[in-house]
Amino acid sequence: MGAGHGHHLHFHGHSPVHHLPAHLKLLALVGFVLTVVLTPRTAFAAYAVYLLLVLVAQRASRVPFGYFAKRMVVEVPFVLFALLMPFVATGPRVDVGPLRLSEHGLVGGFALLAKGTLGVMASLVLATTTEPRHVVAGLERLRLPGQLVQIMGFMVRYLEVVTGELSRMKVARESRGFRATSVRAWPVLATTAGALFIRSYERGERVHLAMLSRGYTGSLPVTHPATATPAQWRVAGMLPAAALATLLVVVTR
Amino acid sequence: MHVPDGFLDAPTSIGAAVVAASGVALALRGARRELDDRTAPLAGLVALFIFSTQMLNFPIAAGTSGHLLGGALAAVLVGPCTATLSITVVLLVQATLMADGGITALGTNITLMGLVGVWTGWLVFIALRRVLPKRPLWVVPAAAVAALVSVPTAALAFSLLFDVGGTVDVPFATVATTMVGIHTLIGIGEAVITALAVLSIVVVRPDLVHGARPSLERRTLTIREGVSA
Amino acid sequence: MTTPVLEVRGLAYAYPDGHQALFGVNLHVHQGERVALLGPNGAGKTTLVLHLNGILTAGAGSVSVSGLPVTEPNLMEVRRRVGVVFQDPDDQLFMPSVRADVEFGPANLGLRGAALEARVVAALDQVGMLDFIDRPPHHLSFGQRRRVAVATVLAMEPEILVLDEPSSNLDPASRRELADIIRSLDVTVLMVTHDLPYAYELCPRSVVLSDGVVVADGTTREVLTDDALMSAHRLELPFGFDPRTIPTP
Repeated sequence: MGAGHGHHLHFHGHSPVHHLPAHLKLLALVGFVLTVVLTPRTAFAAYAVYLLLVLVAQRASRVPFGYFAKRMVVEVPFVLFALLMPFVATGPRVDVGPLRLSEHGLVGGFALLAKGTLGVMASLVLATTTEPRHVVAGLERLRLPGQLVQIMGFMVRYLEVVTGELSRMKVARESRGFRATSVRAWPVLATTAGALFIRSYERGERVHLAMLSRGYTGSLPVTHPATATPAQWRVAGMLPAAALATLLVVVTR
Repeated sequence: MHVPDGFLDAPTSIGAAVVAASGVALALRGARRELDDRTAPLAGLVALFIFSTQMLNFPIAAGTSGHLLGGALAAVLVGPCTATLSITVVLLVQATLMADGGITALGTNITLMGLVGVWTGWLVFIALRRVLPKRPLWVVPAAAVAALVSVPTAALAFSLLFDVGGTVDVPFATVATTMVGIHTLIGIGEAVITALAVLSIVVVRPDLVHGARPSLERRTLTIREGVSA
Repeated sequence: MTTPVLEVRGLAYAYPDGHQALFGVNLHVHQGERVALLGPNGAGKTTLVLHLNGILTAGAGSVSVSGLPVTEPNLMEVRRRVGVVFQDPDDQLFMPSVRADVEFGPANLGLRGAALEARVVAALDQVGMLDFIDRPPHHLSFGQRRRVAVATVLAMEPEILVLDEPSSNLDPASRRELADIIRSLDVTVLMVTHDLPYAYELCPRSVVLSDGVVVADGTTREVLTDDALMSAHRLELPFGFDPRTIPTP
């Protein structure tokens, strides 16, 4: 829910993680998260290892941890949901201090929190080290349907242009003494949204005209397909491979 | 309402992913009818519009604020198929660039917001449009009701998924009443903001509001004298 | 006389929202000419431009490019022949990098590999932006983006270059650099502009469009010194600029 960030989605750098092709990072992310999701909820040791692994990947990216941690606030609504679990889940109860909590809910809440947090951290390693346009190219390489690739490409291309328009509209509102403090501000903010829609739609039309003018017929020409070396495959494979090995050790013991 | 990784069990997540993929495939076909080859740039900018309005915080009281989810709004403005594609891409961007919504929960999130949220809103909207007078301004109350219904319906769909594949045993009634209750309140805000936003657009550019198009008319050309250049 | 590069006859058009913008426009541009299209806001200049490469379809009348009528079956060839540079370079640069953007047009024409690369390099070199080939467009200055926008069109090797407000929002140095680039190009130019000194500097001939019809056509000097014409169509020379006192460029 909390989409409170603007456009500084990626942290510029030259670490080995930054240099991996985006499609490999996406595959590694999916592999790692799938392993985490499939882990039994009481395998506490496995979760500790996963946390260590994702922290190693994070440090390898040389993105400051403070920046990384701040971006984790997207998780907050579901942290609240997970914290409710011990109170509302069914099954036998245990006494924790003054509270009577559901045992099942405690374990379930822990698992939700652990899996969700690891998912967010792993996704952030991708997000902080990969330029948005490269994520789009990576998804294209992974055979996301062409239309969706194009739509996402345009969204990413104009992200800064439109957030720029939005902040200029905010400056214009505030220069005339407007402050959004209560429900009475809604009509003004909704008008801003309306104006933003008109601007976005008109830009979409102008972009379309510019594309047609240069011979667009519905699909983008692919001129430089992304490639990856075996060494890059090995580097990207380390995180999911280590996670999978952990899972296998835990399950077979 | 962005579901994170590991929230629902694997069979449910896979089932939701199959539903999402089929829905998006149908929307890809349908959007060509709504927008022809303008689909990609326009849906891209509409996706960006929805993404940006989700960043526009609406103050409620005592320092708390909420934001628009935008499913019904998008459906009324650009048609349901383009809306589904735009919201799908917003979710894709949020999952891959902002870690908002799990990458293995994408199918779930697309199903809830891109399919249930958009299409509930759209169906309510066209049902109302049929009974309301055929004037552009009447799309405003229709859009409000569509938004009001669409948000708690998506919450109900989430409760059903959680009942089928939730990883914690919570009685369905508890989840459903809490989720639908909270989201009815959110839906009221959504309805008011959607109505105000649609109103501000329909008064200046009624031709841009997909849902208002049936009530617009055509005109004829005139020729004036000039010089030959 | 030879076939004009651009021939517009009796062109009229109304937008789907009912607003009619063109009321019977006639215009000829011959090879090697540089023509300025002048007119107040809302005169229909941009609408006319959108007809030249078939983005809008004439409600009445016709457009042809070197004899080829602008109709559905000819669109791809028409769009190769007519290169339109739009006013806002952000609309024109929609791809993730300068290279991808300049490639877009020639790649749509079917070019690949070395031939494509040669076109891209040549086009960027003509506008002096070759060093920026791998940058994303939003990292460039406004003037640089405008020059790359010109390159995206040059890469298609057009017969006529149509520039919509090329000098808008440019600082004086960028404005000068762009003028030098335009003068160095061996291509027919139609330049839509409010910038009358720029028109005077670059275009020997000017056409005035007002309320959706052509109201004047002559040398830029004649047009700019016809005070009655100028004031009747809301055209005003900037303070201190008098074409009578400046020698013809």
